[in-house]
Amino acid sequence: MMEKKLKTSTKVWLTIIFILIMGFLLWIANRTFDDYKLRVLRLIAIYGIMAVSLNLINGITGVFSLGHAGFILIGAYTAALLTLTPEQKAMSFLFGIQPWIEKIHADFFTATIAGGVMAALFAFLIGWPVLKLRGDYLAIASLGFAEVVRIWANNALTITNGPLGLKALQEYSNIWWVYGWLLFTVVFISSLVYSSYGRALKAIREDEIAARSMGINVFKHQLLAFVVGAFFAGVSGSLYAHWLTTIDPRITTMGPMFTFYILIMIVLGGLGSISGSLIGAAIFAILFEWLRNLEQPFTFFGIQVPGIPGMRILVISVLFILVMIFWQRGIMGREELTWENLYKWFSRLKREGEKS
Amino acid sequence: MGISSGSFFLQNLFNAIMLGGLYALIAVGYTMVYGILRLINFAHGDIMMMGVYFAFYAATILSLSSIPAAIVAVLGAAGLGFLIDRIAYKPLRNAPRISALITAIAMSFFLESFAVVVFGAVPKSFLSVFKDRSILNKVLTVGGAKIPLLTFLVIILTAAIFAVLFWIVYRTKIGMAMRAISMDIPTTSLMGINVDMVIGFTFALGSALAAASGIMWAMRYPNVFPYMGFMPGLKAFIAAVVGGIGSIPGAIVGGLVLGAVEIFAVSYFPDLSGYRDAFSFIILIAILLIKPSGILGKKAIEKV
Repeated sequence: MMEKKLKTSTKVWLTIIFILIMGFLLWIANRTFDDYKLRVLRLIAIYGIMAVSLNLINGITGVFSLGHAGFILIGAYTAALLTLTPEQKAMSFLFGIQPWIEKIHADFFTATIAGGVMAALFAFLIGWPVLKLRGDYLAIASLGFAEVVRIWANNALTITNGPLGLKALQEYSNIWWVYGWLLFTVVFISSLVYSSYGRALKAIREDEIAARSMGINVFKHQLLAFVVGAFFAGVSGSLYAHWLTTIDPRITTMGPMFTFYILIMIVLGGLGSISGSLIGAAIFAILFEWLRNLEQPFTFFGIQVPGIPGMRILVISVLFILVMIFWQRGIMGREELTWENLYKWFSRLKREGEKS
Repeated sequence: MGISSGSFFLQNLFNAIMLGGLYALIAVGYTMVYGILRLINFAHGDIMMMGVYFAFYAATILSLSSIPAAIVAVLGAAGLGFLIDRIAYKPLRNAPRISALITAIAMSFFLESFAVVVFGAVPKSFLSVFKDRSILNKVLTVGGAKIPLLTFLVIILTAAIFAVLFWIVYRTKIGMAMRAISMDIPTTSLMGINVDMVIGFTFALGSALAAASGIMWAMRYPNVFPYMGFMPGLKAFIAAVVGGIGSIPGAIVGGLVLGAVEIFAVSYFPDLSGYRDAFSFIILIAILLIKPSGILGKKAIEKV
């Protein structure tokens, strides 16, 4: 039996209806959820942007970058320095501040764009040397870039306030901002992936030499993916900073560990799948919050267990190893949740139902 | 003591050799594993950290004196390295290389969080390992420069460990097997060599050296915490790349280069001391752009 194809107009209508339903559900959630649940709901969107943008670089282009935390940090600091008022900055910078940094001020939207642009600019500059490298070397060099950025943030007292970080940011990242940006990220990156650029990126991932012999400019395409990925990492950094309301350059908050968290999300969801990244981000955010229970005292079959700090990271890391050994393709593999695929799966289920 | 004086230079030179030697000891583990499996064992720096904790607990809980405690720790780390290969890396021998790399990152992540949960995140002082601390405070005077006795001890011990390593790799049967599989795994297995056993041994040997380096590191910088292995591990990997990955003499050269740059840059330009960890990454990018195969590495041609 021939598989029936869905018409393009049907798919567009389905997408619009889906987005409206999701918007409505978010509106309900925004009114009924308590503060804590809303915080987690917003975190899912922020993690989603981080995961989709890292997946563009690592999963779809096959450039194994570990520098995402660096771009997030750049975006977070750029945006935070813009949204803080000159008075706030004058108060919190104990070691003095560059006058021009004290003066600049912008609204949240402009600040977020600026964060993204700044991260993209750094990606463009660092991309020239780093993308000349291959595989493992690139991973280490990009990890090194992220560490250098973090060390710089720790030392440049008059720009970043050093180890004290930036505090008392306004909690601008409300549910509409974060889900709005998430929608834009997904639409932008999936349009990129399904354009001729995206096919070139996938060709590079599969076989670089073959792609080159087909006339694809490998460096140019990799740089494009790297810069676009970094832009959205910067945006997510701004959203994250204004969700957390405080940022500092500690190794445990903005260090390589942060990149590893995002890596877990995209590996769990399936390297190379945008919808997989979103699922991975949602699972990670919820699981990571739920595991907080392990760090508080709890009763297990009548036995009083004291809370163990760090336990949730241990559980996550064990899960990470198990996924890598037994389930490398993750939840989605390289498939996407498209209407076409849903329709195919649904009609297959129906046929099997009719047979039995 | 002036910044241009000879004794200042001499003092820094000794520090540089010591630090470089410690980097080199860790770098050997990276280079041997990479030479065989083309895998960056991200967890290597964390094995070093585990080795230091083993020594710490062997001395404080089992109340062993310092030398038996160090031996127990080195053996423990060797066993841990072997186990990690068996559990995490062996199932992925035929998987894409990127999967093995991600697994190694996961393993590093696991060891760090394991240490946080079991040993605690609060830094511990390694000095409590020693019952007699007088040896740590002795200072020798060489050509006007005051050099701690400990620096000499570390340099001599490092050199002795390298002598043993070269004997193992170039004069024993297992060393010959290691060199053989780094050239061609399928052919070697046809010669009746148990490849998995040799790879396991390579992991164990590298981990033992990392633990030895870590223990000496903790004697010099006595702050023991779960993330202590991360930075030295990364830098040691950079040392291995700078020297030429896959080459043991290269690891030594790379380690010494990195140690020298770090020590001299910080002592002659004290303003840069906050950026000390950044130098190695700049060296890495520079060397990969100028001579990607490293100082002593052979140029590899990619076959299509």
